[in-house]
Amino acid sequence: MQFDSKRNYEDSKNKSGYLPREKATREVYDKVGFMSGLEVHQQLLTEEKLFCHCPSGIYNKDDDFDAELIRHMRPTLSELGEYDGTALMEFKTRKEIIYRINNENACTYEIDDTPPFPINREALGIALEISLLSKLNIVGEVHITRKQYLDGSIPAGFQRTAILGVEGELQLPHKKIRLIQLSIEEDACREISDIGHQRVYKTDRLGMPLIETVTYPDCATPDEVKEACDYIRFLNRSTGKVRTGIGAARQDVNVSCKGGTRVEIKGVAHTKWIPELTHNEMFRQWALLQIKKQLSKKIKDTASWKVNTVEVVSGTLQKKDLLPKSNKIVAINLPGFKGILSHFTQPGKMFANELSDRLKVIACLEKPNMIHSEEFDPMVDEATWDKIKIQLKAGNDDAQLIIWGNKADIPTAIETVEERCKMAFDGVPPETRKSLEDGTTIFERVLPGADRMYPDTDSAPIPLKNEYIEELSKNLPSDIVERYKQLKKWHVSEDTYTYIFSKNLFPLMERIINELNVSPRFLGNFLGHRLKFALGHYQPSGEFKFTMLYPLFKFLKDSGLREELAFRMIPELVQHPKMEFESILNAIKFKRYTMDEITDKIPTLIDKFAEGKWMISETDLINFVMGQLRNMALGNVDMKELSDAITGPRFFDE
Amino acid sequence: MNNDIFQGYKGDALKVLQKYKVRVWGTATIDTTRGVFEGTVLPRAENDDDQHIVIKISTGYNIGIDVTTINTMKETGYKKANYKIPEKEFPITPGLPKVKLFGTGGTIASRLDYRTGAVIPAFSPGELYGAVPELADICNLETEKVFAVFSENMGGKQYVSLAKAIGKEIEKGVDGIVIGHGTDTLHHTGAALTFMCQNLPVPVVLVGSQRSSDRPSSDAALNLMHAMKAAGHSDIAEVMVCMFGPTSDEYGLLHKGTRVRKMHSSYRSTFRTIGDTPLAMISRKEIIPIKKNYNHRRNDKKVKILPYFSDEVTMLYYSPGMKPDVLDAMVDAGYKGIIFVGTGLGHVNKELYPAIERAHAKGVHMFMTLQTIWGYVQMFVYDTGRDMMAKGIIPTGNMLPEVAWVKLSWILGQTNDPEEVKKMMLTPVNDEITLREPYNGYLVYQGGVPEVEAFIKKVHK
Repeated sequence: MQFDSKRNYEDSKNKSGYLPREKATREVYDKVGFMSGLEVHQQLLTEEKLFCHCPSGIYNKDDDFDAELIRHMRPTLSELGEYDGTALMEFKTRKEIIYRINNENACTYEIDDTPPFPINREALGIALEISLLSKLNIVGEVHITRKQYLDGSIPAGFQRTAILGVEGELQLPHKKIRLIQLSIEEDACREISDIGHQRVYKTDRLGMPLIETVTYPDCATPDEVKEACDYIRFLNRSTGKVRTGIGAARQDVNVSCKGGTRVEIKGVAHTKWIPELTHNEMFRQWALLQIKKQLSKKIKDTASWKVNTVEVVSGTLQKKDLLPKSNKIVAINLPGFKGILSHFTQPGKMFANELSDRLKVIACLEKPNMIHSEEFDPMVDEATWDKIKIQLKAGNDDAQLIIWGNKADIPTAIETVEERCKMAFDGVPPETRKSLEDGTTIFERVLPGADRMYPDTDSAPIPLKNEYIEELSKNLPSDIVERYKQLKKWHVSEDTYTYIFSKNLFPLMERIINELNVSPRFLGNFLGHRLKFALGHYQPSGEFKFTMLYPLFKFLKDSGLREELAFRMIPELVQHPKMEFESILNAIKFKRYTMDEITDKIPTLIDKFAEGKWMISETDLINFVMGQLRNMALGNVDMKELSDAITGPRFFDE
Repeated sequence: MNNDIFQGYKGDALKVLQKYKVRVWGTATIDTTRGVFEGTVLPRAENDDDQHIVIKISTGYNIGIDVTTINTMKETGYKKANYKIPEKEFPITPGLPKVKLFGTGGTIASRLDYRTGAVIPAFSPGELYGAVPELADICNLETEKVFAVFSENMGGKQYVSLAKAIGKEIEKGVDGIVIGHGTDTLHHTGAALTFMCQNLPVPVVLVGSQRSSDRPSSDAALNLMHAMKAAGHSDIAEVMVCMFGPTSDEYGLLHKGTRVRKMHSSYRSTFRTIGDTPLAMISRKEIIPIKKNYNHRRNDKKVKILPYFSDEVTMLYYSPGMKPDVLDAMVDAGYKGIIFVGTGLGHVNKELYPAIERAHAKGVHMFMTLQTIWGYVQMFVYDTGRDMMAKGIIPTGNMLPEVAWVKLSWILGQTNDPEEVKKMMLTPVNDEITLREPYNGYLVYQGGVPEVEAFIKKVHK
């Protein structure tokens, strides 16, 4: 009988208890044991990079480079302690890494041909301020450490990083999140491409000062993770000394479920993606635990479980065009894996994807790199599969793959498949996974062990004296949670908070409110809605700065004009920040009128509205008259007073 | 409790550790005015201050605790780390050449030294195989630690013992010799061994690394593979330096021991042949000769070992306005040979003349080399040059200053006769003076020039 993989997928999805996020309640997360913590990266706003004198924040296009060089990364001695045949195989299929260097933003330090210069003190100061804001215990002496990365993202093979503080906490409005540590580190290269055995990076971002704030896994729901992440970002921004814009803040999210393993989702660019990603990762782990349960019923002797393979001669498969001629094609039998390959893992993904993803990363087989016996739309007909099954001496409860790639990569590929299948017996393998926009993730690499830290023998320790820390403490901005409470007290509408915090507008607000007596609620709306709209819908000049809003409100106050006029002026101001405020008034055709001059027009307007009408609705009348007078009145008089004037005793009680 | 328990700690930090009975490698909880810290106490580098205690926290990072902030601390356990380079027996493959690796120190293989906080060399076939298993595909390897010193501490004594060791090994019938060496004075040793080991039947390859092997991007492994390949498989039976060609992990260059120089303090591609081209390019796959003429590999064992070295030779790097007392001091200190490193074509100022005359009268052997590194000494062009020759300074052609120093030391280890010394100095053993400088012997590309930029962009750096 034909195996119904679609049905198996749906069944396994239900059995895994998967629910879309909108249906998942707090109870669901508690039951599955959702646990999540964050590693939030934030670039610091400095002139120069962290360990050399290259300018920071100067980016170049992929093909704009002055020189190229090649590196191969080798595991270092300590990691080679467990050296065996697999390690040798990984050497043979290792990546050739090409770095593109632009003289404008990289020097010989970035490519590890010059030892580090002393640490950038400006960056250290900013990072310490943020550490203090994060209520961390500040270390007495900073020790630069090498954190090894074999993926090539750093030409040295390690990132220079140092802990500035440990054991802090972050107060959210309704919850406390504990912090493990905060480190200062160098940012990594940006990847240009990764195809087969060759990966290309550019070095513009490499070495820029970055901090990483690491939390305990204290978040109990996906929404809490996002909230905590936003708060850490707001806190960083509250200093006004960090970079903003695309890629300036990035986060890795650690997720596990009950019985699962810590899996790190890397490079989440937007916090709004976090809930979906963490939700799906929790259920992916839950599904892998279901798979483990199923396999344990079918396969008793997991230690001696092995795949067997046969080479597939070209011509066996009809869809030859799928497989280029030079490739070697191998069929693999997975004993006892029937129903596992099409087992649900993530929305739209099944266990077979876990194999395909690893084949790409570990064995360098570009996708598509395999087909399997439980495809929804089989590429190979049943008769061919039957032939292959016979060749593989496959049993009824087995599943099969066909993989293809360069001959030299096939042994690694087979080992990769076997290795991942064996991991299924234990549940969830520790991995770092790359986030995709649809909320799912794919394998990125094996989660590195704790042993990848090595003291940096090129740098001396940096003492942090009490006087220095005290000096830094004097100029800290107020806590985000205090600012949150203040906004509430001011009755500022809550839908404006994110914008206010993410643009670090609170200090400016405070100044405008205290010194110019502008209404907080109005100002909140002005910033969180009107300003946001103006910046998004007009073409703002690069020279526009938020600090220009203070002179704007001061001008209105000094000129005796009302604050609402800022609503009309702001589109002009963001486009022409150098224009005099008086000129902006001319540009928007604003004229000064007294209340009397305006109210004088009311009778005529009422007549005009009433003309030819038998009945007049008071609301319609007010709306009409206010609409007609709006441009004349806005900025000159209080609109409420004007509206009262329309319905006032003068016209109706006479 | 003795001091070993507090490895590297001194002064205030030591007192604090003693007071609270917390040992190095002890796990500790430390209560400070900046909060509570937990971790394993690590040894402290000797030259660091006595105001901090270093701990490794659970995430693997190291931090320092200011001792003045400590309220109290308590040892909660003990866990000594064992930094050992993994060893695995080097496999013997019939048919592969037999290569001997001499260890002298340097960073070919290394591990962390907590005493200084720097890396210290480590070395055995097993360790090397553990680190670079590919070596087993190139040759059958034997190793011998001749001595262990940092490159900057190498000197005459070491050259002599290396030369003797090479002689013995050739006597035993080895197919090639590799010498692991720190890079700072690799070229000095290259010159010394060229003079001390003449008529070599097999290659002698000096190799080092510019980045210690404890980093994933180290050049050590590839350099070692190239060196083994050169020693075991190449036809060039000379003393050579084998290091990166470009800074990329692409190919190495084989440089003649007498014409090579370290030209950058930290680049991987720091070694360059000066005034000539390298002998060959080498990759893991092949050796491509660049020079047509070289000494070929032979089957005999007729090497001539001349292990002589005098420690009475020094160098005088001339600076404008130099006073005669500098030279006088050298002579008074008893130096028998002085290599001048002069300006331009080989000049020093007139003020030094009386001192030069005095030195010459005392029988000091004086030779002229160049600060320009490239080019020939030519002392006939200006009067100054002729004056100096008249006063006893002998020009050495295009011999590199360091090579001249090595050669004069080697010669004065054998004879003090002025004519003999002069003759030996000016008779090349292996191209330390060449008769011709090829047009591509002097290449210092000028960054910024459009043609160079275009070229640089095209090739891998």
